[in-house]
Amino acid sequence: MTIALEMKQITKEFPGVKALDEVTFKVSKGEVHALCGENGAGKSTLMKVLSGLYPEGTYEGEILVDGEKKAFTNIRDAEEAGIAIIYQELAMVRGMTVAENLFLGNEPQKLGVIQWDYVYSETEKWLAQVGLEGIRPDQITGELGIGQQQLIEIAKALSKNANILILDEPTAALTEKEVEILLNILREFKKRGVTCIYISHKLNEVFDIADSITILRDGQTVATHDTADIDEDKVISLMVGRELTERFPRVEANPGDVVLSVKNYSVKDPDQAGKYLIDDVSFEVKKGEILGISGLMGAGRTELVMSLFGTYAGLTSGEVEIDGEKVKIKNTEHAIKKGLALVSEDRKKYGLVLGMSIQNNITLPSLKWISPYGVISENEEIKHSKLYHQSLRIKAPSVESIVGNLSGGNQQKVVLGKWLMTEPKVLIVDEPTRGIDVGAKFEIYNIMNELIKKGVAIIMISSELPEVLGISHRVLVLNEGKLTGEFDYKDATQEKIMVAATGGK
Amino acid sequence: MSTNTELVQNKQKVKWIAFDLRAYTMIAALVLIWILFTFLSGGSFIEPRNLSNLFNQMSVTSVLAVGMVLIIVAGHIDLSVGSLVGLTGGVAAILNSTYDWNAIVVFAVTIAFGALVGLWQGWWVAYRAVPAFIVTLGGMLIFRGVLLGISDSRTISGLSDGFKTVGTGYVPQEWGIVVGVLAVVVFTLLLVLKRVSRKKFGFDIEPMVLSLLKIVLVSIIVFTFVLAMNDYKGIPIPIFVVIFLAIIFTFIAKNTVYGRQIYAIGGNPEAARLSGINIKRRTLMLFVLGNTLAAIAGILLTARVGSATVNAGTMYELDAIAAAVIGGTSLLGGAGTISGAIIGALVMASLDNGMSLMSVETFWQYIVKGGILILAVWMDIYSRQRKNKG
Ligand SMILES: Nc1ncnc2c1ncn2[C@@H]1O[C@H](COP(=O)(O)OP(=O)(O)OP(=O)(O)O)[C@@H](O)[C@H]1O
Ligand SMILES: [Mg+2]
Repeated sequence: MTIALEMKQITKEFPGVKALDEVTFKVSKGEVHALCGENGAGKSTLMKVLSGLYPEGTYEGEILVDGEKKAFTNIRDAEEAGIAIIYQELAMVRGMTVAENLFLGNEPQKLGVIQWDYVYSETEKWLAQVGLEGIRPDQITGELGIGQQQLIEIAKALSKNANILILDEPTAALTEKEVEILLNILREFKKRGVTCIYISHKLNEVFDIADSITILRDGQTVATHDTADIDEDKVISLMVGRELTERFPRVEANPGDVVLSVKNYSVKDPDQAGKYLIDDVSFEVKKGEILGISGLMGAGRTELVMSLFGTYAGLTSGEVEIDGEKVKIKNTEHAIKKGLALVSEDRKKYGLVLGMSIQNNITLPSLKWISPYGVISENEEIKHSKLYHQSLRIKAPSVESIVGNLSGGNQQKVVLGKWLMTEPKVLIVDEPTRGIDVGAKFEIYNIMNELIKKGVAIIMISSELPEVLGISHRVLVLNEGKLTGEFDYKDATQEKIMVAATGGK
Repeated sequence: MSTNTELVQNKQKVKWIAFDLRAYTMIAALVLIWILFTFLSGGSFIEPRNLSNLFNQMSVTSVLAVGMVLIIVAGHIDLSVGSLVGLTGGVAAILNSTYDWNAIVVFAVTIAFGALVGLWQGWWVAYRAVPAFIVTLGGMLIFRGVLLGISDSRTISGLSDGFKTVGTGYVPQEWGIVVGVLAVVVFTLLLVLKRVSRKKFGFDIEPMVLSLLKIVLVSIIVFTFVLAMNDYKGIPIPIFVVIFLAIIFTFIAKNTVYGRQIYAIGGNPEAARLSGINIKRRTLMLFVLGNTLAAIAGILLTARVGSATVNAGTMYELDAIAAAVIGGTSLLGGAGTISGAIIGALVMASLDNGMSLMSVETFWQYIVKGGILILAVWMDIYSRQRKNKG
C-alpha cells in the first residue's frame, strides 16, 4: 500500500512541557487510521503540527505528504496540500448562519461580491452529505445542538475537498445516532479514497471504523498495529502502560438518608411561553448512592440539573428539599451554599476561565473558605489545588499552568477538582467523562466511589449507556422533559433504558 | 507521575529568573524614552525639578487608570471618568470657595459624591443590563452638562490653602526619608512573613540570596526616588496619593476574593456565574470604586490647578484607557495589572512632558502619542503570540 502521509521525528516543546518527543507517524492511502493515547499524550498537538496551526519552525522533524516534503506556514498551506482538520474544540461562529460558517474564509466571490445563491445551494448539498437534511442553510449556528454543529464542522472540512481528513474527537458530544451517521459518512469517504485520521477515546468506535491504530504515550509513539491484530485490552494497556482489568469499578451503595428530594418539579421554557423544559418530575437521591440519569440528547437532562443549580431562577415550580428542609434556590451562589455542585457538560463555556491558572480555577467557588477577611491565603490556595493536581493526576507542570494550555481531558479534571473542593453534599456531574481517556475514566469512577463512601450523593448524567449501567445504583430516564423510567441497576438493561428514553413505545 | 514531579521542581527552580518578560519590555521602553529626552533636552529632563513636575502631571491620569484597569478587566469600559473629574472638581471647588466649607469636609463629601455616582452608573450596567459603553457615554454628557449648569459656565477659583496643598504640596524632606525607611521595613517584613508561612506549609522557599537581593533592589529604588524628590522640594503629595492607591488596589486585585472574582468575570462570565459569583453585585461595586477614584482625581486636579474650569478633565478617560492598555490590560477582559497601568501613565506623561520641554508643536505631540499607543499595544500582542506559539 502507498503511504499517504509520513511524519518523521516530530518534536514539539512548550515552555516546561515536551508535548511531542520524536514522534513518527505513518498513514497509508485510503485507510482510516486511529490515533489513541491518554489525555495529554500529544494527539491534538501532533495534528496541529500536521495541519499547519503550529507552523514550520516551531517544531522539529519532517512531514511528507505523498512522499513529498512539506513545510506549512499556516492552515491554508495545509489545506492546499489536501489536509483538512476538525479540531477538538468547535470553531464555529455561533452568531453566523450555517452557510456563512461553512464557507467562512472561503467565500465564493465575483469581483468581491459573495455569490449567495451558490453558497446556499452548495451548503444544502453538503448538509445532505452529513445527514442534516432538516437544517436550513440560513439557520443561526449557535441555535443548533452541539452534535449538529459538529456535523456541520465535518461538512465544512469535506467541502474543502480534502484527501486527508483529520477528526480530533469528533464524537465526544454526539448521540449514538449521530455517531452512526458520522461513521457511515467516513466509510463512504473511504470508498472514495479519502484518508482519515481519527482521534477518539471511545475504543468501540475505533475498532468499528479504523484499519490501523497508532498509540501515543507521553509524547512518544508506542506502537502501530492493524486493528485486526489487536484488541481493546491490548490498546488500553499500551496507552496506559499497565493492565486495566476492570472498566467499571462499581462499589455497592450504602444508601443513607435522603439528601435531595424533588417533587412535582417543572421548569418553564424561557424562550417559548407555555412550553415546559421539565414537566412534573419527582425523584430523590440518598446519601452514598450514585443516581444515573439517562435519556436522549434534548430530553431535558442538562436543563433539569442546571435549574436545580439555580440557573433558571423564576421559571421553576414544585418542591425541592435538601436534608429535609424546603429550599427555593435563588441563584448558583445559594445552590453552592446549600451543598450542591455541578460539573457542567460544556467545560469551556461553563466550567473554566481558560486564561487563569489551574489553582485559580480550582479555588474559584471555594475562595471564601481559604480567605480570612476576604484576603486570599496564597499558601492555602496552593495547598488545596496541589492536592487535586496530584489526586486527579492532572497532567501539567504545576498548578500555576494556564488551563487553556492543557489537553481537553486534563481540563475536565480541573473542573472536577474545582467542584470537589467545595465538598458538596450532592455532586451533580453532567457527562463527567466526555473526552477523557480510559485510564482517567477509571480514576474518576474511583473518585466517585470514594465520595459515596464518605456519604456524598452523586447525580450522574451520561449518554454512554455502559457507563450509566456500570457505575450508578439507580437510573432515571427522561424523555421530552418527563420522567419515563426508573430502574434499580440490577434490573436495568440497555434495551429497557432505550425504550424508556424514546418515550416507552 | 515521576515526570510530573520532575517538571514541577524544574519550574520552581527557573521561576525566579523568568519574571514577566512583558513587564520588562514596558520598563525598558520607559527607560529608553527617558534617556532619549534627557539627551535631547540637554539634561534638563532628568533634573529633580522636572521629574517632580512630571510625577505631578501623571497623578490624575494614574488615579483614573487604577480604576479603569479593574473595569476593563471585568469586560466593561468607563467613558465618563473625564467628565466626572470635571464635575467632582467643580463640586469641590464650589463647596470650598462659594460655601467656605473646610477642605477636609469638602474632600469627604466629594468622594462620597463620586461613590454615589458610581452606584448610579453601576446600577444601570449591572441591574438594568445597559452596556457600560452606553451608560458611561451618557454619563459623560450628563456630568459635563451638570457641571456647566452648576458653575454657570464660569471658572471657580478662590480655593482655600488647605485645599490647594493636596495638589501642590510636598511631603517634608525628613518625613520623606521616614516614609522611605518605613516602606523598606514593611517590604522586608512581608517577605519574611511569606517565607515563614511557606515553610509552615512545607513549600520550597526562594533562596535567601534572592530575598536579600530583592530587598536591596527595593531599597535602591525607594531611596533613589525619595532622594531625587528631596533634592527638589520633597515627594509631591499627589504622587504620594497615587502610590498609596496603587498599592491598595494592587492588593485588592491580587490578594482579595473580590479582585479574583473580577478577573474571573472578565475571563469567562458564564463560568464565573456558575461558580457562585454574584456578578451584578460585583459589577456595581466596580463602578463605585472607579468613580470614587475619579472623584479623588477631580480633587487632585482642581487643587493642582487652583481652580475648577468647565473643560477640566476633558478626554481624560481616553488617557486613562490608553495608560491601562499600554500597561498590558486586555480590552477583551480578564487580564491587566495596576502596576502596568501606572507605568503606562508614566509613559504617556513622559511623552507629554518631554515634548513640551523641547517645545515640540502641539500637533506633533498628538501624532506621537497616538503612534506610541498603537505601537505599544502591538508590541504587547506580538509578545503574547510569541509566548503562546512556544
Ligand atoms: N499551547 C500550549 N502551551 C503549553 N502546553 C501545551 C499547549 N498545548 C498543549 N500543551 C501540552 O502538551 C501536552 C499534549 O497536549 P495535547 O492537547 O496534544 O493532548 P491530547 O493527546 O490531545 O489529549 P486529550 O485526549 O486530553 O485531548 C499536554 O501536556 C498539554 O498540557
Ligand atoms: Mg486532544
